[in-house]
Amino acid sequence: MSTTTARTDERARPAARKGTRKKASTTTAHRATASDHRLSLLRQMLVIRRFEERCVELYSSTKIRGFVHLYIGEEAVAVGVNEALRQEDAVVSTYREHGHALARGVPADAVMAEMYGKVTGCSRGHGGSMHLFDADRRFYGGNAIVAGGLPLAAGLALADRMRGGTRVTCCFFGDGAFAEGEFHETANLAALWRLPLLLVCENNLYAMGTSLAREHAQTNLAMRASSYGMPAWTVDGMDVLAVEAAALQAAESIRAGNGPHFLEAQTYRFRAHSMYDPDRYRAKSEIEQWKERDPLQGLADRMRSEGQLEDRTMEQLEQDVLDVIERAVRSAEDAPAEPVADLLRYVTSEPGNTP
Amino acid sequence: MNTRRASTKAPPPTTYREALREALREALHDERVFLMGEDVGRYGGCFGVSLGLLEEFGPDRIRDTPLSESAFVGAGIGAALGGMRPVVEIMTVNFSLLALDQILNNAATLLHMSGGQLSVPVVIRMTTGAGRQLGAQHSHSLEGWYAHIPGIRVLAPATLDDARHMLAAALADPDPVLIFEHGSLYNAAGVLDPTIEAVDLDSAAVRRPGKDVSVITYGGSLSKAMAAADILSGDGISAEVLDLRALRPLDDATVMESVGRTHRAVVVDEAWRSGSLAAEISARITEQVFYELDAPVQRVCSAEVPIPYARQLEEAALPQPASIVDAVRLAVS
Repeated sequence: MSTTTARTDERARPAARKGTRKKASTTTAHRATASDHRLSLLRQMLVIRRFEERCVELYSSTKIRGFVHLYIGEEAVAVGVNEALRQEDAVVSTYREHGHALARGVPADAVMAEMYGKVTGCSRGHGGSMHLFDADRRFYGGNAIVAGGLPLAAGLALADRMRGGTRVTCCFFGDGAFAEGEFHETANLAALWRLPLLLVCENNLYAMGTSLAREHAQTNLAMRASSYGMPAWTVDGMDVLAVEAAALQAAESIRAGNGPHFLEAQTYRFRAHSMYDPDRYRAKSEIEQWKERDPLQGLADRMRSEGQLEDRTMEQLEQDVLDVIERAVRSAEDAPAEPVADLLRYVTSEPGNTP
Repeated sequence: MNTRRASTKAPPPTTYREALREALREALHDERVFLMGEDVGRYGGCFGVSLGLLEEFGPDRIRDTPLSESAFVGAGIGAALGGMRPVVEIMTVNFSLLALDQILNNAATLLHMSGGQLSVPVVIRMTTGAGRQLGAQHSHSLEGWYAHIPGIRVLAPATLDDARHMLAAALADPDPVLIFEHGSLYNAAGVLDPTIEAVDLDSAAVRRPGKDVSVITYGGSLSKAMAAADILSGDGISAEVLDLRALRPLDDATVMESVGRTHRAVVVDEAWRSGSLAAEISARITEQVFYELDAPVQRVCSAEVPIPYARQLEEAALPQPASIVDAVRLAVS
């Protein structure tokens, strides 16, 4: 069991590394230095960033509605963690899940169409921003009840455990969820049964408008998680390489049968809790300070300084990503609406859909 | 419970508890099925339903859980998503409220929210009802609340045969199914009907044919309604007793057909009257067969009070054969 306190450099790693994990470290080192790999990480983060910036415009022009919770600032967590996951693994997410879905490979077209409530949306327009699903990619939402996805994730991990194999279930949740009983019930159950579960706490310092210190008697979340008997550590959530390294190590340890692992990614959302939130509970200066640690800028700067990113490449990347987003918007605009005649579909399974 | 005899050899008597256990044992032959809940393993189930199954199927399949209703019910839902067929046992409906988020916000909604991608084939069993002097927090009948929720099926086996056969049908349903077992039924004894090998989950059953009034009930109140019908027959009143069996979806057709014949209806429901399943059934009768009615629909429900401990108070709070008889007399007068 290991707990480290918060670190802000990319070397924040699990404290107790064992010899058996050497292979993981080699893999990590290989990935972290390969410039094409870094470019891929940058691109994924950029897709999420530009996707959501476009969502802000679309929301303002009332093209999309509902609660929209932006992930801007936290992209390194989704992208870094996803790098540690395999196709056969499962992901359970929250209502701030655009980034998780896109990083998981759900096409931007399908996510955008879902924002529009169109039939081509990844939930056929029945879910919306907070309920993105993709069964084929084992992306299980999209849960708008804080901590509500945690027991579900334990169950997916239990099913995998009982069926054998080395699949991992990754559950994203926030610091707000850590205060819910469902987190603690799930942590206990998962540790008790040694479930192959990666618990990723995205600590963005605010549970809606309540700051960490005002919601938790003890703010060292990794320490508390470790009390359940699972390896737990903290990583700089603004550094995609650090997140990737930590998540890889955790995922490999989970695959090796070491039960659940807890990863706290210390991150920050640059935007308000949702589009409705006037954001009165935090200082502008605090937001500006965190923006200086923008995960996209951080990786781009680092790649530039190491000669891995030319301005021309970056411009091309920006253009490519903008094209992807604009295509998604166009296809969402053009897609047919889910017909009202289908209102009552999917309440219960349709005939022939036997489990 | 009716005792029936096969023509050649009398089958051995069984209890509601044993019938449930036999259903579980049969279901567990599917490797995807496992039972999970508080005390289901070593203890043998707090109502004795799973006694012996741990020895037979092992701790992986008969899985004791911590006292964490939300986590283990949610884990059942997740395991169902993951390809298993979990049977989750919650000790009582009162405790199920700790897992209501998982049942309502996940089990019942995932198929819809995902646009039909994610079905949740989980079965959740729990006890319900009063009559054993357990006080308010172990005695309520909240199955009507669950019957309010789209996306789940709600069952109430009132007979040995339903206790024996509903589970298999529930497990064959791709959607979440909640099974409510009335706590007073576990010791009910009788003989299983050897001709029944499977049950459908869509139909109410006429447990006693009659022509003067339809007494519509389910679960633990069925035996009280049958007792009332016996008393009434002595007065020359022929009461038809309907067992709803499925509380969601409701089998309107059987109810309306019966009321259409008898022209009178009494609904017996152990839940509180306000906002109850009895209210729903009464409203549906009014909506669908109003012009067939010769009298207002009567309801026999629990007193609007947390169920008390003292025997005489508890008895007074619950529907009883005598109160059903009174309601029927009012309806036929």
